[in-house]
Amino acid sequence: MSENTMTADVNSTQDGQLEFLVKGDHHPQNGTLLGFWIYLMSDCLIFAALFATYGVLGRSYAGGPTGMELFDLSLIAINTSLLLVSSITYGFAMLQMQANKVKGTMFWLAVTGMLGLGFLSLELYEFHHLIHVGAGPQTSGFWTAFFALVGTHGLHVFFGIVWLVTLLFQLKKHGLIPENKRRVFCLSMFWHFLDVVWVGVFTYVYLMGVLP
Amino acid sequence: MFENLDLTKLIFGRLTWDAIPFHDPIILGTFAVVALGGIALLAALTRYKLWGYLWNEWFTTIDHKKIGIMYIILGLVMLLRGFADAIMMRLHQAMAFGDSTGYLPPHHYDQIFTAHGVIMIFFVAMPLVTGIMNYLIPLQIGTRDVAFPFLNNFSFWMTTGGAVLMMMSLFIGEFAKTGWLAYPPLSGILQSPGVGVDYYIWALQIAGVGTLLSGVNLLVTIVKMRAPGMSLMKMPVFTWTSLCTNVLIVAAFPVLTAVLAMLSMDRYLDTAFFTNDLGGNAMMYVNLIWIWGHPEVYILILPVFGIFSEIVATYSRKPLFGYTSMVYATVVITVLSYLVWLHHFFTMGSGASVNSFFGITTMIISIPTGAKIFNWLFTMFRGRIKFDVPMLWTVGFMVTFVIGGMTGVLLAVPPVDFVLHNSLFLIAHFHNVIIGGVLFGLFAGITYWFPKATGYKLDEFWGKMSFWFWLIGFYFAFMPLYVLGLMGVTRRVSHFEDQSLQIWFQIAALGAFLIAIGIAAFIIQLVVSFLRRESLQDETGDPWDGRTLEWSTSSPPPPYNFAFTPRVHDLDAWWQMKQHGFQRPESGFIPIHMPKGTWAGIVLSGISVVVGFALIWHMWLLAGVSFVALIGTAIYHTFNYDRDYYIPAEEVERIEAERTRVLANV
Repeated sequence: MSENTMTADVNSTQDGQLEFLVKGDHHPQNGTLLGFWIYLMSDCLIFAALFATYGVLGRSYAGGPTGMELFDLSLIAINTSLLLVSSITYGFAMLQMQANKVKGTMFWLAVTGMLGLGFLSLELYEFHHLIHVGAGPQTSGFWTAFFALVGTHGLHVFFGIVWLVTLLFQLKKHGLIPENKRRVFCLSMFWHFLDVVWVGVFTYVYLMGVLP
Repeated sequence: MFENLDLTKLIFGRLTWDAIPFHDPIILGTFAVVALGGIALLAALTRYKLWGYLWNEWFTTIDHKKIGIMYIILGLVMLLRGFADAIMMRLHQAMAFGDSTGYLPPHHYDQIFTAHGVIMIFFVAMPLVTGIMNYLIPLQIGTRDVAFPFLNNFSFWMTTGGAVLMMMSLFIGEFAKTGWLAYPPLSGILQSPGVGVDYYIWALQIAGVGTLLSGVNLLVTIVKMRAPGMSLMKMPVFTWTSLCTNVLIVAAFPVLTAVLAMLSMDRYLDTAFFTNDLGGNAMMYVNLIWIWGHPEVYILILPVFGIFSEIVATYSRKPLFGYTSMVYATVVITVLSYLVWLHHFFTMGSGASVNSFFGITTMIISIPTGAKIFNWLFTMFRGRIKFDVPMLWTVGFMVTFVIGGMTGVLLAVPPVDFVLHNSLFLIAHFHNVIIGGVLFGLFAGITYWFPKATGYKLDEFWGKMSFWFWLIGFYFAFMPLYVLGLMGVTRRVSHFEDQSLQIWFQIAALGAFLIAIGIAAFIIQLVVSFLRRESLQDETGDPWDGRTLEWSTSSPPPPYNFAFTPRVHDLDAWWQMKQHGFQRPESGFIPIHMPKGTWAGIVLSGISVVVGFALIWHMWLLAGVSFVALIGTAIYHTFNYDRDYYIPAEEVERIEAERTRVLANV
């Protein structure tokens, strides 16, 4: 990184000639975190498209049930708390990682994963219940858009958990080597990103959905 | 008995022998030729024991230069397929008048125009553009590889995987009959129950993964890996336009992924996104797909603007006129490209105010584009211009593209668009900008950088032949379409009653044949140049007296690109180095850190093709198994931590000493 800091004396040699090469080894900055962040923003656009779709189809009930009739806000409140708390526990894992404690990191990651699983189970229960009472993805444009948006988020959480478990194995095998630290960091961004998206889903779909 | 039936269905889904088009002599003939050619190729590879070489040096490589070349080969091969579709359509339309029904049945004709559009955009233009970006960006910014070398290999193979599915549809089943954007409700399960639209969806989804990841990769490469001293405003123009293109890729392709996923849910799960009943909304698909689709045309044209900028400066032997305005024009186009999507369907009926907004934003885009044209003209003004082949393509582009741009502004006027919507005028317009812009630029770029990639120049004579046949052929093929469009002829029609139109279609068919000669000349050019490579050799690494860093290396560059990372002080870094009498270092080399090749990209892409194929044919068992295999392989790959190595200093010294020897002989 220091190679990128430009000063007058590395630009030219003693006799005022311009220096055109970097003498010695040169390593550009690692771009993994930026790259992953950009990937997350592209993922965010998938959600944007799904939110927009929900915005267009959000009242197309086709004579079927509405969100106001079926959404169970107390269930969603538990669900939301599970996910929000899992973000905090991931934060604890990051703190442990910075203290270079591999056991503590793994412990808090495991807690995060369990909370994620809890969230997923409640969501699946909710889906099952909705389909059972006649509000499946095929019922109307509204329910199609609902299941697509909420389901895509759930799918992300699922793959986040798969990744998390993989990472636990890798931490056990190699400990907190730089590669693994980078991966824990990326998953952290992914996990918090899903949290932020969920805040949007919670507000836009559930809270606004129960408005008349 | 029933158990047996279900098992067949579980394994083969809806794939039966009926899916193989035995009854269609045209497809069967094509299949025979492709199969024989394929077997001959495989036999030759085995005979000359090239498999190991291909696998080790090419398929599993993470060298951005080789991946770039593979992209370009993919694009050129698919160009032949896409053009075969084009000439079949031209021939058919020239014949199918009155009592003559032409030689293509309507359902076949519909597949051909769909396949032509999909192939030309996704599997010709995109791979060629990505290939040139891949090859050049690290060289232009003075680095040794892209930010994520494995991802680069994976992206290439995913793009190829999409192309493989696309080609399969020719011989197993059918392709979509919906037009290249597959609007519902026509592409819905009720109107298109066959596998055609499913081939379309999965080919694009698999290729789309590759495109998106390569966008992220190149974006990070440009942001993070520039040589010391190369501030943003000292980047070569091509790198700038590539930066903007990759921003567009990252910001546009997710929308395509989302909208195609919704279409597939409508088809597979019976949901109601775009249906006519249950509150679905078909126009939502059209909106969403053009929110991707309009930036997509700028994804194609912006890098090409960069190519022309490099070429104009080099062959006029002047710095580019108005570098800063060029950069700002590019950025303005990048932003504006998101604010015009609705001009593709003014006829939706969104009302005067919405239509005027999008009409005006569309017209505004022509301002930065016009600024670019003037910049190129002023670069040429009082320059010492050499009319080599790349420069011919450039001048041909400027004339042709301006015509296409003006018809575009015409179409941007909503009342005019109501008359010309979906007419051949539109077809003429976008071929005018895509052939006259993107394709001419790609040919210019390939000719210009060919010696860098291979070590020898392309043959002049056949290059000029190719250029003139393409240029004249283009005008013959598409000017009649403007006329027909103004007379009200719509697109995608396979039979005509009005005999007075026939002459225009015949002229257009003649144009297509001239273009065929142009393509043949291009292939001959490649062969002739290869045969004459001794005399066309470029030993200096800088055959055109270039200005940017890629010309400071040998041709072809060593695996590590630069023995020492360059330090940049000015725009046109290599030009400045030459002005200051830069001397190559001939000693003091150090080991160079490089990424290792990996099998994971090609294997993951291969499994993805199986997943796609299984989903297309409803082979649920195979789909499930192969999807789990895909995830499993990806996870297994993450357990590989051994991803880099050092090229020893002695090896670097040996390569550089060889170059010193070659340079001494020049």
